[in-house]
Amino acid sequence: MFTVRQLSVFLENKPGRLCAATDAIAKEGININALTLADTTEFGILRLIVDAPDRAAEILRDIGVVVRVTKVLAIAMNDAPGGAGDILHILAGAGLNIEYMYVCVGSVSGKPIMVVRTDDIESASDVLNKAGYKDVDPADIYRI
Amino acid sequence: MPIRNPEIECMPREQIRELQSERLVAQVARMYERVECFRNRMDAKGLKPSDIHGVEDLHLIPFSYKSDLRDYYPYGLFAEPLSNIVRVHASSGTTGKRIVVGYTQNDLEIWAECVARIMNGLGMDDASIVQVAYGYGLFTGGLGAHGGGEKIGATVIPISSGNTALQIQTMIDFGATVLCCTPSYAMYLGEEIERMGVKDQLKLEIGIFGAEPWSEDMRLKIEDALGIKAYDIYGLSEILGPGVSGECEHQCGMHVWEDHFIPEIIDPDTGEVLPIGATGELVFSTITKEGFPILRYRTRDICSLTDEKCACGRTHIRMRKPSGRTDDMLIIRGVNVFPSQIEEVLLKVSGDALTPNYQIVLDRVNNTDTFDVNVEMSESFFSDDIKSIEKLERTITEQLRSMLGISAKVHLVNPKSIVRSEGKAKRVIDNRKGKM
Repeated sequence: MFTVRQLSVFLENKPGRLCAATDAIAKEGININALTLADTTEFGILRLIVDAPDRAAEILRDIGVVVRVTKVLAIAMNDAPGGAGDILHILAGAGLNIEYMYVCVGSVSGKPIMVVRTDDIESASDVLNKAGYKDVDPADIYRI
Repeated sequence: MPIRNPEIECMPREQIRELQSERLVAQVARMYERVECFRNRMDAKGLKPSDIHGVEDLHLIPFSYKSDLRDYYPYGLFAEPLSNIVRVHASSGTTGKRIVVGYTQNDLEIWAECVARIMNGLGMDDASIVQVAYGYGLFTGGLGAHGGGEKIGATVIPISSGNTALQIQTMIDFGATVLCCTPSYAMYLGEEIERMGVKDQLKLEIGIFGAEPWSEDMRLKIEDALGIKAYDIYGLSEILGPGVSGECEHQCGMHVWEDHFIPEIIDPDTGEVLPIGATGELVFSTITKEGFPILRYRTRDICSLTDEKCACGRTHIRMRKPSGRTDDMLIIRGVNVFPSQIEEVLLKVSGDALTPNYQIVLDRVNNTDTFDVNVEMSESFFSDDIKSIEKLERTITEQLRSMLGISAKVHLVNPKSIVRSEGKAKRVIDNRKGKM
């Protein structure tokens, strides 16, 4: 399995909501390895990969933030033109739909890490394995 | 100004009292025989119809409540078989269940007569052209004003509510002289007319406005914007609909048609009857209604009465504009809304999960009520993807519309972001005060 645990945070569209969340986890010494923000006119969802997801979720809950821990795919891709496209083709070829994706701030063994959310994580993991992509140890990502 | 029925409208107060006594005694006997809820309440107090000799005994009669209409939904409080009921109206109850009232042919005649007295008293007659822009349908506003207009022989334009451009065009083309609608809609029409620069094409002289609270300041603004005299009308479907009372040309309180309705002011906490002039909860007894009679009905409206002689010559008691409510009912765009209805929708949407905290925020922008509902997000509601949260927002919005009949803007907010005082969330923030 290529899965890694991600925090999804509900944010009202109001000034200060986002930094309240990032401040709280920074204060506890938790580092953010990847981050993306999806927004609508009314609200946003902040998605985070951090080195201590359960602790971070607890901290966020304590400051009154709605948070959910979800599983996503973490894939080490080739750092070359077409590296992302290769992965997308494999997933598309298997009829898998991508809900969202983003990239981690660093790399593991020289390979950038792409975070992908698909409708069926297990099948996605299988097809990627068959195509020669190797599992990423979540611990490596948290060390980024 | 002319008085439609001087014998009744200017009847000496002592005679009104006699008439009321006679009618009350008959109504009590009739209801005791026909309305189970009333009979049970009388029995519980050890009262027989023979104990009620006249209005002096009114205070003995048990109160009735809006919840009775829900408990006996839909027809349980009717005093006539459905074969004699020619029409029903309905309005919102405190929860999802509506409340239903029924009218016999005679009830509709009396209703039209009550509205006609108000209309004639304001100088309207068979030459009047009345644009009824209240909603038609289960709401009593449209058909209530309609019946009065026809009764005085006026030409009635049953345009119903909405479609502002068409309203104004109709007003101009059909030469409407009278407008009936909610005061906030009148204000909105006034602004649109000003914007379009068509005020000089209007023939409007009179406006009869009700179904929601409005201030003296708003009256002046409407009168100015539409170039009319604006009058207040009061009613509720449980008693009749619009026309229970209405202003005369002196604009100094609404005359309650006491040959049909007995008003009382009580202390809402103790139920004790307060002397005339005191402020308290308004209670009505219908003494001529056949289809849906009700005695000592707690309106939850707070107001006061005066029996001082009016300059118009009418002797019927006048009520002031209600200044508030003893319950938490809100009037939004003319529609009655109870916070419990919003709670019911959220309960349904949340299923087994904890019902989320919510807050209703009301304001008035461009003379139209804005209605926002903030709902606190919770982990049971939250999922990682935007589509399902948007769907949740849409579901709440749609269910609120179907429950209330008006649209609210739903906002999902952070948990614990709704201000709580002493641990209890403030359910309603009404910023409309001072903007009416």
